[in-house]
Amino acid sequence: MGSNMAENHPVGFQWVMEAKLKGAPVIHVDPRFTRTSANASFHVPIRAGSDIAFLGGIVHHILETDSWFKDYVLPYTNAANIVGEKFRDTEDLDGLFSGWDPAKEGYDTASWQFAGMAKANSAPEGQGSAAKAEPSGGLGGGLADAEPERDETLQHPRCVFQLLKRHFSRYTPEMVEELTGVPRERFVQVAELLCANSGRERTSAIVYSVGWTQHTVGVQLIRTAAIIQLLLGNIGRPGGGIMALRGHASIQGSTDIPTLYDLLPGYIPMPHAEDQDLQTYLDGHVKSGGGWARLDSYLISLLKAYWGEAATPENDMNYGRLPRIDKDHSTYRTAIAMLEGNVKGYFLPGENPAVGSANGKLQRAAMAQLDWLVVRDLFLIESATFWQDGPEVAGGQTRPEDCKTEVFFLPAAAHTEKSGSFTNTQRLVQWHHQAIEPPGDCRSELWFYYHLGRVIREKLAAAKDPRDRGILELTWDYGASGPKAEPSAEAVLREINGWDQRGRPLSGFAELKADGSTACGCWIYSGIYADGVNQAARKKPGSEQSWVAPEWAWAWPANRRQLYNRASADPAGNPWSERKRYVWWDAERAEWQGDDVPDFNRTKEPQYQPGEGASGDAALSGDAPFIMQGDGRGWLYAPSAVLDAPLPPHYEPHESPVRNRLYEQEANPMREIYNHPLNPYNEDPEKYPFVMTTYRLTEHHTAGAMSRNVPVLSELQPEFFCEISPELAELRGLEQGGYAAIITARGRIHARVMVTDRIAPLQVAGKTLHQVGLPYHWGQRGLTRGDSANDAFPIVLDPNVHIQEVKAATCDIRAAERPKWP
Amino acid sequence: MRNPLARWPAARQLTGRDRTGRGEAARSQRTIELQPRTHQADRVVQSICPFCAVGCGQRVYVQNEVVTQIEGDPDSPISRGRLCPKGAASRNLVQSPLREYRVRYRRPYGTEWEDLSLERAVDMIADRVITARAEGWQDHDADGRSLNRTLGVASLGGATLDNEENYLIKKLFTALGIVQVENQARI
Ligand code: SF4
Repeated sequence: MGSNMAENHPVGFQWVMEAKLKGAPVIHVDPRFTRTSANASFHVPIRAGSDIAFLGGIVHHILETDSWFKDYVLPYTNAANIVGEKFRDTEDLDGLFSGWDPAKEGYDTASWQFAGMAKANSAPEGQGSAAKAEPSGGLGGGLADAEPERDETLQHPRCVFQLLKRHFSRYTPEMVEELTGVPRERFVQVAELLCANSGRERTSAIVYSVGWTQHTVGVQLIRTAAIIQLLLGNIGRPGGGIMALRGHASIQGSTDIPTLYDLLPGYIPMPHAEDQDLQTYLDGHVKSGGGWARLDSYLISLLKAYWGEAATPENDMNYGRLPRIDKDHSTYRTAIAMLEGNVKGYFLPGENPAVGSANGKLQRAAMAQLDWLVVRDLFLIESATFWQDGPEVAGGQTRPEDCKTEVFFLPAAAHTEKSGSFTNTQRLVQWHHQAIEPPGDCRSELWFYYHLGRVIREKLAAAKDPRDRGILELTWDYGASGPKAEPSAEAVLREINGWDQRGRPLSGFAELKADGSTACGCWIYSGIYADGVNQAARKKPGSEQSWVAPEWAWAWPANRRQLYNRASADPAGNPWSERKRYVWWDAERAEWQGDDVPDFNRTKEPQYQPGEGASGDAALSGDAPFIMQGDGRGWLYAPSAVLDAPLPPHYEPHESPVRNRLYEQEANPMREIYNHPLNPYNEDPEKYPFVMTTYRLTEHHTAGAMSRNVPVLSELQPEFFCEISPELAELRGLEQGGYAAIITARGRIHARVMVTDRIAPLQVAGKTLHQVGLPYHWGQRGLTRGDSANDAFPIVLDPNVHIQEVKAATCDIRAAERPKWP
Repeated sequence: MRNPLARWPAARQLTGRDRTGRGEAARSQRTIELQPRTHQADRVVQSICPFCAVGCGQRVYVQNEVVTQIEGDPDSPISRGRLCPKGAASRNLVQSPLREYRVRYRRPYGTEWEDLSLERAVDMIADRVITARAEGWQDHDADGRSLNRTLGVASLGGATLDNEENYLIKKLFTALGIVQVENQARI
């Protein structure tokens, strides 16, 4: 669901096909019939933006038919936890939960907490509640020190299991049909297949991509999938899981070793303004149980990696040198700040927001307010030339002479011209070796940022301002050598891995210390340079090792290929079945064994029970597989870590032609709306009666720089088009191969018309609903040019992660003349 | 070759065993000597596809310091030698006729690109970072709490950067107090 794997992750899809050949049913739920649908057992067309209703229906089915995996759910999830008596569900409050503060447009999550908890450790940690607050980095769910009250019989009316039943009680097959357009028989067939293929002997996987994340309810969508997979016992087991298929070579790595405003490496939250000193920060973030209990050693080792000798216990490990965040500084918020003239300079290394971000027009207008812009790319992309040939210049609204932005374009080195590591979608860190020297002025990002830092440090060397201490004290030596003075990527990897006081590379994060005796640039990657060997560069052929292939590259953490794999064994440590054997307890050797590296304390026996006052890993029992959670359990109900709902409700997209049939509350009450003249929303569903959604093609790559500039790929997909049904074509008088204008409050974009049965109209809420599909790869430059689909979409975001809703919005579509593309 | 006529494919077809002219009759000396580019490579380097996150293995063939071919790496347990249309077009990507090899500079209100040396560009950018950082500097918030940051500079990176590159970006910008550091991963 929310993924077109055959087209966008084609080589990964070979494994789905292998499973299908072995008899696995493959179900594709998607608004469009795609190559994935063609290869699936069957395709289920769905209304874009209604996936929670569909998944919620599956939860309802599982509970109603008693198909949940009891022996898994009881010990491994929080189903038995009892929620406090003040909690009110969306069923009580017509689409809102208790704690809603309309003035602050946020929740006070105190009432969401479990009964008997000493203190309400609510999300976001360390923040006043009821704020429209920032989630705190990537910490797993934490809990206060006390054990929550539980009812192992699951009968208590306020236990999570009963709340879940009640919350989804109206997500019946009939309601699913009303909301999603999926006929009830079809829906029940999917639910039954999923249940039949789960349990001791079988597992099912759910695959998603940005078809799920790019919504105002993106996080809750994935939460619903997590509830299903936990109820069916499909997490931590071979063949199970929820697979996020990520779009770019190292987009997983960009989150792990982040260039994100709210994270430090390894999902350590950026300090907030209230975290004035190290101790306050640690008090607010360290969890008593689970892997995050050792956050102090992760953070202090990072500070040592950053500042080396300059970070000492006397100066709080240089913690004070870290900048603090106090609000949303994400990319869309920053674009607005640019419009307001508050951002002077902008770096775009390998990114093309003029095409790739929602509301391209606003993005371009924002960049025109900068003093300077640095673009680093293989090609002169639209974001580098917006002042020269952007749609606003072509349309005569602005002229180059009117744009003040100073633009530096620096050509980048290609992957063949540098060494380094990419982290793929399954956390596998794979090294790529340099083949040739970069030509001309082309340089790696490593080269650019290293030398930029070097020059800035030289220029500031004499500075007396305290704020310059952080940059001057930084360790900044990566063995730049050769004719181009290229820094060594391996030297950086070595720092990411970390070392001890004697400079010996660490073997893993277990060695990290909170006393300043270890340095480590990213704790979850520690071990990647164990024994002084680049483990990511291991290329032992797959054919010469086990099916798990542990010696090909390196997966974080600790080369574990499947997370939470302790759950592949039952509470006593035995495989759930012979067929699904993966990791198990070997009583004779008194340790966990398996095909994979156990994602568990190797010698902790299944019967282990924590003593009074135990903390960290010792606070988790031997049958608690989810070791990064404060309680070691899978969270069916999330009292913290998410801002907008402890249980996922179906909300309509911000722009929807349909009313919410379930609740008075139409859309996610916490969605982030940007009211700005350049960001108007479609208000009137009569005027914009159709649903539009964006997608990708096999032959192009995201915002197009890496494919529209490539001859063979441009030849394969030469023109921007919109995909519509014969019924919609008839309704609007559109012709196959003709042109259409897609009309929104943001303006018009033009596309070639492709009329196809692949995007069938649906019956939703008693009406026929038409959908328009738009591939979003095009822009004004390259070998194939066209309007950008993202120009048609507004900025409206998920509140947890600030991701834009471009998978469901509204539009009208009309026949148009052939546009004059440059 | 004794019979000079035998150099004619037609003659070989008429007189030899290959009467349909689809085998040895049609084969020339040049055909016999042709070798795949991959055989002539000076070296083969193992790489990873730069497009999507499947992470297919690639073999990059280099001859005379030029990439002559990029193929799927059969050793990879992920991809088993396969590449999709994008991965298979990787050589076309790195050798695209549209690729830029020189620094381009556009001055404020300028109408054309200008030349600029790489060294000068880095120097100018460093100056601008220092100035913009100072202009957008926030020492404390209204409550007197230390913020130690600047909102004068922002960054949005693509997700085809190496981990090591992202590490340096975050380290450098964090030490400069730049917090608006973002990535395609948000999008
Ligand atoms: S070859 Fe295709 S499937 Fe493989 S990593 Fe590259 S883009 Fe992805």
